[in-house]
Amino acid sequence: MRRFGKGWRGAATLTFCLVLVWILGPTVVTAKEPYRVGAIFSVTGGASILGEPEKRTAEMLAEEINKKGGIDGHKLELVLYDDETDETKCRLAVTRLIKKDKVPVIIGPSTSGNTLAVIAVCDEAKVPLISCASSIKIVTPVSERKWIFKVAPSDSHSVERIYEFLVKKGIKKVAIMTVSDGYGSSGREELLRLAPQTGIEVVADERYGPKDTDLTAQLTRIRGTGAQALINWSVGPTQILAVKNWKELGMTAMTLVQSHGFASKKNIELAGGAAEGVICPLGRVNIPDLLPATDPQKGVIMAYNEAYQGRFKEPLSAFGGHAWDALKLAVEALGAVGPDPAKIRDYLENRKNFVGQGGVFNFSPADHCGLTKDAFEMVVVKNGTWALAQ
Amino acid sequence: MEKLSLGGQIVQYLFTGVTVGSIYGMVALGFNIIYNVTEMINFAQGEFVMLGGLIMVFSARFLPLPVAFCVTVAALTAIGAVMERSTINPLKNATVLTLIIVTIAVSILLKGIAMFIWGKDPYIMKPFSGAEPFQVFGAAIQTQAFWVLGISGVIVLLLTLFFRKTRYGKAMLACADNPEAARLVGIKVKLMVLLSFALSAAIGAAAGAVITPISLMEYDRGALLGLKGFGAAVLGGLGSFSGAVVAGLLLGVVESLCAGFVSSGYKDAVALLLLLLVLFVRPSGLFGNVEASKIKKF
Amino acid sequence: MSRGNLITLSATVLLIIIFPVLVTRVEAISHYLDVMVFVGIFSMITMGLSLLMGYAGQISLGHAAFFGLGAYTSGILCVKLAVSPWLAMVAGALLTAVVAYAVGVPSLKLKGHYLAMATLGFGVIVNIVFNEEVELTGGPSGLSNIPGLKIFGLPIRGELLFYFLVWSMVILVLIFCLNVIHSRVGRALRSIHDSEVAADAMGVETARYKVMIFVLSAVLASLGGSLYAHYVGFLSPSSFNLLFSIRLVMMVVVGGMHSLWGALLGTWLLTFLGNEWLHVFKDFDILVYGAILLFVVMALPEGLVSVVPRLSHMWKRGRESEG
Repeated sequence: MRRFGKGWRGAATLTFCLVLVWILGPTVVTAKEPYRVGAIFSVTGGASILGEPEKRTAEMLAEEINKKGGIDGHKLELVLYDDETDETKCRLAVTRLIKKDKVPVIIGPSTSGNTLAVIAVCDEAKVPLISCASSIKIVTPVSERKWIFKVAPSDSHSVERIYEFLVKKGIKKVAIMTVSDGYGSSGREELLRLAPQTGIEVVADERYGPKDTDLTAQLTRIRGTGAQALINWSVGPTQILAVKNWKELGMTAMTLVQSHGFASKKNIELAGGAAEGVICPLGRVNIPDLLPATDPQKGVIMAYNEAYQGRFKEPLSAFGGHAWDALKLAVEALGAVGPDPAKIRDYLENRKNFVGQGGVFNFSPADHCGLTKDAFEMVVVKNGTWALAQ
Repeated sequence: MEKLSLGGQIVQYLFTGVTVGSIYGMVALGFNIIYNVTEMINFAQGEFVMLGGLIMVFSARFLPLPVAFCVTVAALTAIGAVMERSTINPLKNATVLTLIIVTIAVSILLKGIAMFIWGKDPYIMKPFSGAEPFQVFGAAIQTQAFWVLGISGVIVLLLTLFFRKTRYGKAMLACADNPEAARLVGIKVKLMVLLSFALSAAIGAAAGAVITPISLMEYDRGALLGLKGFGAAVLGGLGSFSGAVVAGLLLGVVESLCAGFVSSGYKDAVALLLLLLVLFVRPSGLFGNVEASKIKKF
Repeated sequence: MSRGNLITLSATVLLIIIFPVLVTRVEAISHYLDVMVFVGIFSMITMGLSLLMGYAGQISLGHAAFFGLGAYTSGILCVKLAVSPWLAMVAGALLTAVVAYAVGVPSLKLKGHYLAMATLGFGVIVNIVFNEEVELTGGPSGLSNIPGLKIFGLPIRGELLFYFLVWSMVILVLIFCLNVIHSRVGRALRSIHDSEVAADAMGVETARYKVMIFVLSAVLASLGGSLYAHYVGFLSPSSFNLLFSIRLVMMVVVGGMHSLWGALLGTWLLTFLGNEWLHVFKDFDILVYGAILLFVVMALPEGLVSVVPRLSHMWKRGRESEG
């Protein structure tokens, strides 16, 4: 009891000061709260071809933004998880982003399957999701997708462009070859659905696995079906195998069309010269040099190409651009309305004329995709690089 | 473009089937070598092939082809030996199931390491003797396919000589038959185990190196190859070397014929169904020793 | 039920009840509730697998197929034929039982690696069927809009309700399995595990019991699958592949094959490791996962559950030396 003297008084004073600082602190120390954006990509697993460039792009863009002072002075904090191309992990990661990291907006996932698996979670939690996957089911029926957006052009757009081009060339009979995973099956659905409308007849419908080592069996079956063109829909090593086997089997008289997943120049390299004459629809992000100076996307695309190539020392892929668009949109929304999920959603829904890598987006309450088939240009491989297809 | 004649088609499918079947056979050989000495299944076998392919791609960038091939085989031999010393050897009385799980864990680690070193992209290299594929009845045969068949043949020959003629080879076969008796006559069983892993890894390396020019190679190709190889090993009768090779070729050809004549989507299912049928009818596999399979521990 | 088991059971029930209360108070781990729902769903499968592997001494590398059969049956019946979810769940269980019987009878005559291969092959074939039959299952694009579950008209929406639903079912199944172990069937199983030849000689109908447990484990997996379908609302074949079958076996082995508690422990640990705790390692997480797995299996071949008797043994010896 007699020890009440100096020691206790000192302690009391200290405590009082601390309490004062704690109360007054927020008004004195004005570091702005960081703005968080959640991101979920398939960096590993079957869809790593999509997720890896998306992750790199998102991180690169976030760094750029922070170097320039962040969003209105608020630092941008990108909270990124890898769902390993697994739906359960994707769901758990989204729940974690919403509950633990408390993000007001999420970009990704990379695949349509994973997106469909998490729609209910975002709906319940009322947090907007900007997916980088392409299936039309992600954003329709729009009445049940209030909180979901996507920035990747739909497979239907890609297929429409291809069929338009083939019909112009007088090609009526096509054979299709698709990989039996989410990417391939989505393409196959659209290829089969849109063919009758455009007057194209699908005379062969072959499938193969993502890790198959050889496609000669499928190609041999396609020979002699009378097909004038062959459309291959896959990503990963099988799209290279398709080109190689097509050349080796001497089938080059049959026009080979690849999906937009063929976009990286690296694929032309890997095919080792066999890719001459192969046609595919590409997003403009992959052909900056071929764009006229008047193209509204040219500036944005050239900057991204330079930055990506400079940093990672390899050509762009078809998919990194989606992450760029998603993050840019999210950041814009944050800058405009702050970290309020409902306000961000409203902002996104009404955004018109957003110049991105994938195209010029025009969102609306009835359209959470924002793109049309003009997001694609038809190109042909000439002399080891891209040229506009006539 | 005209359809291939039926003969042409069959030639095409046969050749593809035999090519990929040789790879399955080599993977199956690897499984059998380890199984014979230890009675365990090494689930990391597929990763040996994957690493063989990737290391070959990189060595071939700086070294002449034959040297790169030897470097690849040597590297994998070392990896196999390290794996055995660090994970299998320390486990004294583990059940076979535990050993299987250990090899699964090692395969995860190897895959992760490959992903770090080489990333997730597929890699390709030029065929060993880069010529145009040539035509037989209209079917196109790649020259690399001959390399695959050739190297598989040489490996089978070398292995047969090794097991029949050399002391170590005969010692390994003795371990397979009866480890207790082998130990009693002075055979160092532990050394045999180490040798079996090293040898399996070397064979895997050769398989990976020779198939990459045809089908590319990437960090996660190991699992499916391991699965098909395991299937071939079981189909041929676990422990039987000739069985492994024949079953591998059979599996490859059935797959190819099925993809060609029946349905390309279901081709893997057909091959597996064939495997299951064989197992149900003749549980010890096509060439397996029925008596031996009954008394093996697992 | 033995006293030990009763105590552990009561402790488990208590933990399950207070877990949500604790976890929702702390924001940083409030999403653990979601993870625990999946732990519960997977536990349905691993408990059955533990009976099969630990007690009956068999192996299955194809249990993801049964999980998938339950999930897809529930999904397809509810989405395409508007069947009531509970009815669909029963239908799924029945279908799985039939398939498991048809596959089990010839397969369980095989031993060891051959049995492993047969179950593995079966699992892959079923996965291929899910992938190829696009009209029925939606193929790789998946099956979506699966409705949720309702109990007497009350929709089970949100993690909390589903958590209690799943874990109630897990507890019921646990009690059932514990009773099986301690019954005549359980004893017969253990005799088969120890020596099939001897059991046969003693008149135990080994074939019948093995198939019985195989079918039981398949049905449990199917129930888990149906729950999964209604919780996530979307299915795709890639969730029911060989990799998942292997993960299930790992959960059982890491936890401890010879104990139902081991199955629960292993499922819990591997699910949390795989989804939560390794995030701090970012890109290295797959390496750490493999390393942890390797370490646990090498250091504790009897599984984590074997740590308990070892600890209590050490404690007893410590007390003895004190006295």
